[in-house]
Amino acid sequence: MAEVLTDSGQRKYHLINLNVNGDTRTLAVKANALLVNVLRDQLDLTGTKKGCELGDCGSCTVLIDGKPVNSCLVLAVEAEGHEITTIEGVSHNDKLDGLQESFLENAAVQCGYCTPGMILAGKALLTHNPHPSEKEVREAISGNLCRCTGYVNIVKAILAVAEKTAPEEGEQA
Amino acid sequence: MTEIQSPGDTYSVIGKSVKRIDGKAKVTGQAKYTGDLKFPGMLVGKILTSPYAHARIVHIDTSAAEKLPGVKAVITHKDVPSQKYGISPARWDENIFCIDKALFVGDKIAAVAAVDEETVYKALKMIRVEYEVLPAILDPLKAMDEDAPLIQADYPHNINTEIHQNFGDVEKAFAESFYVRTDRFVGQRAYQTPIEPHSAISLWDGDKLTVYSSTQSPHYFQYYIARQFGLPLGNVRVLKTYIGGGFGGKLEPTGLEFAGAALAKITGKPVKMFYDRHEMFAHNRGRHRQYMNLTTGVDKEGKILGVHADFLMDGGAYTSLGVASAYYAGALLTILYDFPNYRFDMYRVYTNLPACGAQRGHGHPQPRFAFESHLDNIAHHLGLDPIDLRLRNARKPGTITPNEFKVGSCALQAAIEKARDISHWDEKRKTLSQGRGIGIGLGAFVSGAGYPIYRTDLPHAAAVIKVNEDGSSATLYTGAVDIGQGSDTILCQMAAEAMGYSFEKMNIISADTEAAPHDFGAYASRQTLMSGAAVKQAGEEVKNQLLELAASSFGVPAAELDAQAEIIYVKEKPERRRTFADVAREFFVKKGPLVGKGSYIPPKLGGKFKGAAVGTSPAYSFAAQVTEVEVDEETGEVNLVEAWDVHDCGQVINPALLHAQVHGAFFMGMGESVWEEVLFDKKGKILNANLADYRIPTALDMPQFHSELVDSYEPNAPWGVKEVGEGATTPTMGSIANAIYHATGVRINSLPMSYEKVWRALKEKRERDSRANV
Ligand code: FES
Ligand code: FES
Repeated sequence: MAEVLTDSGQRKYHLINLNVNGDTRTLAVKANALLVNVLRDQLDLTGTKKGCELGDCGSCTVLIDGKPVNSCLVLAVEAEGHEITTIEGVSHNDKLDGLQESFLENAAVQCGYCTPGMILAGKALLTHNPHPSEKEVREAISGNLCRCTGYVNIVKAILAVAEKTAPEEGEQA
Repeated sequence: MTEIQSPGDTYSVIGKSVKRIDGKAKVTGQAKYTGDLKFPGMLVGKILTSPYAHARIVHIDTSAAEKLPGVKAVITHKDVPSQKYGISPARWDENIFCIDKALFVGDKIAAVAAVDEETVYKALKMIRVEYEVLPAILDPLKAMDEDAPLIQADYPHNINTEIHQNFGDVEKAFAESFYVRTDRFVGQRAYQTPIEPHSAISLWDGDKLTVYSSTQSPHYFQYYIARQFGLPLGNVRVLKTYIGGGFGGKLEPTGLEFAGAALAKITGKPVKMFYDRHEMFAHNRGRHRQYMNLTTGVDKEGKILGVHADFLMDGGAYTSLGVASAYYAGALLTILYDFPNYRFDMYRVYTNLPACGAQRGHGHPQPRFAFESHLDNIAHHLGLDPIDLRLRNARKPGTITPNEFKVGSCALQAAIEKARDISHWDEKRKTLSQGRGIGIGLGAFVSGAGYPIYRTDLPHAAAVIKVNEDGSSATLYTGAVDIGQGSDTILCQMAAEAMGYSFEKMNIISADTEAAPHDFGAYASRQTLMSGAAVKQAGEEVKNQLLELAASSFGVPAAELDAQAEIIYVKEKPERRRTFADVAREFFVKKGPLVGKGSYIPPKLGGKFKGAAVGTSPAYSFAAQVTEVEVDEETGEVNLVEAWDVHDCGQVINPALLHAQVHGAFFMGMGESVWEEVLFDKKGKILNANLADYRIPTALDMPQFHSELVDSYEPNAPWGVKEVGEGATTPTMGSIANAIYHATGVRINSLPMSYEKVWRALKEKRERDSRANV
């Protein structure tokens, strides 16, 4: 249980350690603070977007222990003890991840507002299912709304990464 | 560096699918949108809105809210200029905050700035407003009734805009027709639904105001903010960083800029204002619901002789861009099919609902849905294939519409034929099984409006290019606005092509009223053609200065030189060459900064009648869309199986970005075809102001999609370009309606063509059929 601090106005804060993109950050957060707001406002990780704050759009998608989650539906205190990956943690140093490259190659980015969430949803899919069918790709991103692309090139970009890696022995391509 | 093969006759930068200039920032999460920006001491602001659709404001008490710790300012109409504003100068009818009456649920009453969001929300709840609730008009068909309450004092019968245009002799055409048919169609209120919510950050430095805003047009915002606060344009800087989609909804001031500017002035602090998703729906400015009666007369062969469009649109409580929407609704009906006689009547009425404005395809998609459906009915009656009927009437290049729009390039016929062939139309029309159908719809759109929104003689677009002193990079300064469509990328391609440079070395500073020269912004599909024309001119000016200078070193006249792909060379002897960078550096040393500039003013367009300006454009795009659907006849469920778009959009600058525009445009039209509709309760409150209940299509709904082109070159445009982003939304609803009709034999006359409506129509048809069989 996180330590609880009280300020002069009798407001309570929980002292938590958040593991974000491989680094542990110590933060004082209110019990009702949403993970999306803590990431954006306290850690300046504004690549995680907010489109609805109701769990409907997927712009705020982050990975928690590898699973895509709407960070507007998660309390920061609940995220303690888990590994959080935001879009800022997808590329290593200056090298883009294959999926990020593929989004660029396939013109899957327009306004870019859904893009961080889409890439994380795609990453999560490809990690547990490296050779998904088109249907599986569409299902995996069906909770991420995009108003610009009709999803055509986003689906293409995710499938292109899957095609680049050879299927494992015995795996259905 | 691209090798020059045969100098002069190939392009080295345009026509290629270069990767977006902003792509890396966007895939890494580094791209900052307005809501991501922070400034020291920044406060958070929010607007309090009316819970009633129509109410007199008796009293506002802000005292309790003001006392809340953390609250820095609470403002009402008393604290801001009271002059009316709007985006259409013909009808300025909005105030920053309501003065005596609130006109819809969501109308702006007061605003608060405080140290954080939590405090702001608390303070909003502590503002006491006493209202006297008035009878409201929620049904646009009742707005003009004798006993209807008056919404805006200056507009009798709640008529915001009334249009009566008459070209040729429609009555005579009908009298001479072999078949005259009337159909009635009804559209719905749709919402642009950009995924990025609107926000604005205002900061003052003395008398100078800077506003970061998620806007499609920094220029119009600058103009209206300056006007409202009595500032010279030069004291207002409006800029955007990245913007998460607009689709028309971020073209006009939202109220956030005005309230934010006032709060920032009072508090002396930067103030960030934003709408949440619910507030976005309430602010709205989305697609008008239109009621459309169409009457068309044709001869035996299906040649259209005359058309009468008799429309009414629900404008909501304010004008917004609605005057233009109203004119566009009828004006563009004449573009696709060549007929000599046309009459257009329209009433745009006020209601106590959120104001409607410009959404992708501005005013035109619903009338286009109606007309395409209506044409299919006519084809059915005459026993003609819908494509044959369309080919018979398709517009030809170099023609003039009855309402005096000049059409230059037009490859519509080729587009229809190609759509027919690649969709295997002929075969599918015959062989598809019951419940499966294929339909066609055509579309067209302006490539930029011939006239700006307010009257001014400013050029429509301007650009400056500055080459770095050693020639190793160049920066394009343009007021054009990349809202996701990719204008920053294609304008840099155009700049590089015109200069004889390369895309990779281009930088861009855009959409900043201080750093970049004037441009009207992203609307009416204008930037590729208009901003592009200014950029081309600027690029050519850079190139010409370099050729002049290089001429002496080559010892030939400048006219014998050219530049391409960073090489300046003698045209007749391409092996005699110098690099662009080398000459550019020499230029800087000898003459100072190497700068090119350009601007664009469209030619005088259009007729002399009232409203003649709306719909004029230097060029029109054309499209044919075919959709194949599968309808579950038990449930009415509509499944989109496959779709084909064939576009005449002139010469293409970036094919990948172009097709991406078509994908998104089809997607939006498809959402409005089957699912999307803003719904209200009996008191004018939105029932589905969220993304769960206002259903935009997901990745699972999108059909297999094919985007194709036909050869086309527009003589009135830089490199022959035309628009694509809006034109591709216009045919979709009609093509889906016609596919549903082909699949089921039922015609759905109202949007959206929801599962329930399809199911109901099928049930009624079965009942009719079984009665007929007894
Ligand atoms: S912001 Fe979290 S799902 Fe929309
Ligand atoms: S790219 Fe704009 S919302 Fe997806």
